[in-house]
Amino acid sequence: MIELKHITKIFQEEGRATTALSDVSLKVSEGKIVGVIGESGAGKSTLIRCVNLLECPTSGEVYVDGDNLMLLSSSELTKARRNIGMIFQHFNLLASRTVSENIAFPLELDKTPKTNIKARVEELLKLVGLENKANEYPSNLSGGQKQRVAIARALARNPKVLLCDEATSALDPATTHSILALLKDINKQMSITILLITHEMEVVKSICDEVAVLNNGELIEQGTISAIFSHPKSELTQQLIASSIRMQIPLDYVERLSPQPGPGKNLLITLEISGQSMANAALSEVARLFQTNSNIVCAQIDYIGGVKFGIMLIELIGEVDKELQAVAFFKDKNIKVEVLGYV
Amino acid sequence: MYESMIELLIKGTIETILMTFVSGFLGFALGLPAGVFLFITRKGQIKENRILNNLLSILINIFRAIPFIILIVWMIPFTRLIVGTSIGVSAALVPLSIGAAPFIARMVENSLLEIPYGLIEASLEMGATPFQIVRKVLLPEALPSLVNSITITLITLVGYSTMGGAVGAGGLGQIGYQYGYVGYDLVVMNIVLVLLVALVFIIQFTGDFVSKKVDHR
Repeated sequence: MIELKHITKIFQEEGRATTALSDVSLKVSEGKIVGVIGESGAGKSTLIRCVNLLECPTSGEVYVDGDNLMLLSSSELTKARRNIGMIFQHFNLLASRTVSENIAFPLELDKTPKTNIKARVEELLKLVGLENKANEYPSNLSGGQKQRVAIARALARNPKVLLCDEATSALDPATTHSILALLKDINKQMSITILLITHEMEVVKSICDEVAVLNNGELIEQGTISAIFSHPKSELTQQLIASSIRMQIPLDYVERLSPQPGPGKNLLITLEISGQSMANAALSEVARLFQTNSNIVCAQIDYIGGVKFGIMLIELIGEVDKELQAVAFFKDKNIKVEVLGYV
Repeated sequence: MYESMIELLIKGTIETILMTFVSGFLGFALGLPAGVFLFITRKGQIKENRILNNLLSILINIFRAIPFIILIVWMIPFTRLIVGTSIGVSAALVPLSIGAAPFIARMVENSLLEIPYGLIEASLEMGATPFQIVRKVLLPEALPSLVNSITITLITLVGYSTMGGAVGAGGLGQIGYQYGYVGYDLVVMNIVLVLLVALVFIIQFTGDFVSKKVDHR
């Protein structure tokens, strides 16, 4: 549905050239949700703006629904853009228009008859669950509600493609979750192809079918979620995956933590479970080989694309030297282990 | 004498109000399109055009640099050409409108600059034409700010019109000048001042009220 071929974008500013994108190729098949992840400044925003030519690539080709957009005249491009909806980090709603008037805006641009607009707006309000906010102004809405209005507006002309530019980055976690659920729903119900950019692996993890990692204007990795999560090649990808799995050590453990072993104290470690590593089996082996029991204090484990990921905080209960042997054993088994101290 | 004085003051007040509002209207008819044009031809805007932008900008700066009292005199030939005379209310309207227009253009440009670029980008993405962006996005979004610009302009024009009075434009300015400055009639001078202050207050109050009404930001 969307195909970017060898996109390069160079910004010329006061004689200095900055390469925002270099030779980026990306394909998004019909009905899929594809996420592009990268840190800020990686070129994500430029990339997504190249899809509807809000930024014109310096070189390369942009295909949406079979049309090479770069070859279209400006009026043909305006038409082609109707097949592409877009939502933004800061919503970009018109403050002077009510919720319904905002949703009606793209239809007004097409000179759709008033009665048709009214019916369509009602449908869309229902779809995003804002029937009772039709006559409110955006300034009276919460961030999540504003993004719902923006989604309704983007869908008004039944586009085939929806572009999401950091659509949840300005929202709190609970609202992010509900907006992502709505996007997934729309994707399923209307089989709209979605391309989204984000800096949060959480977003990718929860709704994307495929992911591409962008670093310094280059696509360094792309593939299905399970492939990327189970075999992340680049360090950046590994970092991004790790950052999506966060764990906090409970405060009373932090207070009791000391670097020296002592009577009644146990070794506190974290174990990382990533893709293939068999941490569970290792725990029972440790119990058998070193007579050391493991007390799992807390853990965050996710199951994505057939693989488990996560981190566990474990108290090893055994003799001091056996505990250290256990740590060495984990390392031997290629399990990432970090010794925090004794509690 | 006092009856005729009151009549004179009423006539003067009406003339001042007329000059202020009619020249304000004409000034906006010129200044609003000019301000929009200045904005959309700016760098990175929807109709970027450096040459036209610079030309209009220079023209505006020239007119803004001319002191109003000199502009009135300087424009006399042009005024005669348009309204056939160089004295009276209708003659004053010409320099007042021309004097206000560049000022209004800059204020309109500034109001439009307050609009977040994201809104323009989103409209372009939705396939809006430049004309649609101006009519459906820029002007409605800037409306509260434009109303404030209108208020400021009208109050400035009250002052300008009295300045015009000194050179025969009529209105409260002329009364204040003739009876106050030349004749030193304290009562008339102070009545003129009170009337002018009242007029300014009414304009400011109404402007603030309307601006608040249309502001949904």
